Amino acid sequence: MKPSERTLPVLLVLLIAALGFAAMPFTDWLTLSAAGLAMGMMLFLMVAGLTLIFGLMDVLNFAHGAFITFGAFAAGTVFARFPQLVASDRWEENFLILALAALAAALLSGALGFGFERVAIRRVYGAHLRQILLTTGALIVAEQLAIVIWGPDAIPVLKPAGLRGSFLIAGAAIEKYRVVAALFGLFVFLLLQGILAHTRIGIIVRAGVENREMVEALGYRIRPLFAGVFVAGAALAGIGGAMWATYAATVTASLGSDLTVLIFIVVIIGGLGSVGGSFLGALLVGLVTNYVGFLAPKLALLSNILLMAAILLWRPRGLLAAGGR
Amino acid sequence: MHSFSPPSRRSFGLRLLSGDTPGHPVASFLMAVLVFVLAFAPLLFAGTRAVATAARVAIFVVLAASYDLLLGYTGIVSFAHTLFFGLGAYGVAIALAGSGPSWSALFVGSAAGIGFAALLGIGIALLSLRVRAIFFSMITLAVASVGQVLASQLHDITGGEDGLTFSVPPLLSPSFHPFTEPVLGVRIDGRLNTYYLIFVVSLVLFLLLLRLVNSPFGRVLRAIRENEFRAEALGYRVVVYRSLASAIAAAMAAIAGTLMALLLRYNGPATTLSFSIMIDILLMVVIGGMGTLYGPAIGAALMVLAQYYLEPALQFLAELTAPFPLLSAVFQPDRWLLWLGFLFMLVVMYFPAGIVGSLRARGLYSQTR
Repeated sequence: MKPSERTLPVLLVLLIAALGFAAMPFTDWLTLSAAGLAMGMMLFLMVAGLTLIFGLMDVLNFAHGAFITFGAFAAGTVFARFPQLVASDRWEENFLILALAALAAALLSGALGFGFERVAIRRVYGAHLRQILLTTGALIVAEQLAIVIWGPDAIPVLKPAGLRGSFLIAGAAIEKYRVVAALFGLFVFLLLQGILAHTRIGIIVRAGVENREMVEALGYRIRPLFAGVFVAGAALAGIGGAMWATYAATVTASLGSDLTVLIFIVVIIGGLGSVGGSFLGALLVGLVTNYVGFLAPKLALLSNILLMAAILLWRPRGLLAAGGR
Repeated sequence: MHSFSPPSRRSFGLRLLSGDTPGHPVASFLMAVLVFVLAFAPLLFAGTRAVATAARVAIFVVLAASYDLLLGYTGIVSFAHTLFFGLGAYGVAIALAGSGPSWSALFVGSAAGIGFAALLGIGIALLSLRVRAIFFSMITLAVASVGQVLASQLHDITGGEDGLTFSVPPLLSPSFHPFTEPVLGVRIDGRLNTYYLIFVVSLVLFLLLLRLVNSPFGRVLRAIRENEFRAEALGYRVVVYRSLASAIAAAMAAIAGTLMALLLRYNGPATTLSFSIMIDILLMVVIGGMGTLYGPAIGAALMVLAQYYLEPALQFLAELTAPFPLLSAVFQPDRWLLWLGFLFMLVVMYFPAGIVGSLRARGLYSQTR
């Protein structure tokens, strides 16, 4: 891929932000941009694993949303277990409970991912049709199991006291939680890029995405690596779900399947297999959703689909498709 | 597939089935029972509810069989089949609710719904299949969710969440009684006419689908499913064939939708567009047997029966396991989808050919493949 092909999608994100800037008052733009960035970062956490799993092993997991749901419920359960830490006005305790919730979400979703990869995914390598069917079935079962465990009603997820309310910047109200979510997402993105670019495992993963057979021919075992990526992706999706539920202040068993459409749109826009692409795709979806929701509320529901259609017409493989896919 | 005798030597019955039989005595028997029960449902069952259930089975046979054209014969997974089902139903509902119960409104409405569904089917296919077949699944999922949202948001046209209630042409309306006395023990009324309209249209559509999958067109679809690259190399435009299959399946689903609207004299997002119906269709086709057409038909009948009998069975197990709360929660009657989901996963993992496919594999009539 030529450098210019890589920079164009970045410019597109900036262009969308600039268009938003031109189309609305400055304070609204600032508020909405912050909201869009936070939403984009949370989406990125959810899709990073999905896109890498696809890139590495050509496995498309329709049950990825289940990891989001279970992560969200794990966070909700942790918050409910330690109400004094949630209500505390000391920021250390607030961050402690946030870290605990994220850890619980990552552990639960990661463990589920580990089991799911061993029991189910392994049996359907290389068969797209059966993968889609099996993982769709798994999403149904997971949603029903979530109802069995946590009940059919929505569970409230109270965010820590220190993260309620807003900052006032240049006359624009920006919710504190959104800033934290955006910063955390950015941190994970940079960490992931660092690992992929500079560690030995990261290099093998990237090589595997480009050409799996060649990496195997060189003597590396891709399967255990894939299992590791699958678990890590599930854990990230769990954290993403926990953050999403904390923001929404509520979680239901259908959270994962509700978000499935959105995360697929992000993955398609970004290009299957590309972490950088899905990052840009997530930002685009976050910004466009918020801008359009403000400028033309009636179009809000269609905006993501239209965005996806436009990007596919421009680049049929998505913004930064990896491995010639 | 099956032995292929020249058309002239084939019996009328075999020609009606386009030379494609269920392929195993058990499957043939199940199909015969299904057709017999559906053909004489108004005579066999007294209550209107039972007959309505039979009509529902007939509609779902068409819906599942048309989905099989995509899933089993073309090898692409669509999540938008309920969208096309809904388009047909909304076409009828909007036309009849808007301009009264006339046949012309019925035809215009269904033609509009069916035509729009076919166009949308082609559009989605061209946009996604141009790149990779796997995009098709994801994009249909997205488009289906948009359709659902639009149906509940465009309140002025679709009636929103409440849906549309409407009257059907007099000949099909329950208040239509040409004879005061029952004829041969059967009350002739609009309900009966509606039932047989649904039955006949469903039967014709099913036979049409059989014809289609056993035609040269159907063979190309199967060739693409088995080896896309090779089919392309042989000179078949894979995108064109897949898009056409998508359009035909969409149109068939829309016709099933018009029948559903006529049956219920109502249409709303939950009755035709909901994702749970999509899941039902998937279960019917996969458990029955992908790529057999008979499988989805049997699957549709089994699913409707399962919905009747699974809930009481679970209720019984839930009461039995009441001392163990978590176990009991798993057996709650509302959790039937959990068990069907498990069954679905097991079938995909261990019996991907489904009921009819597995029977065929060991069938007496199965020949060289």
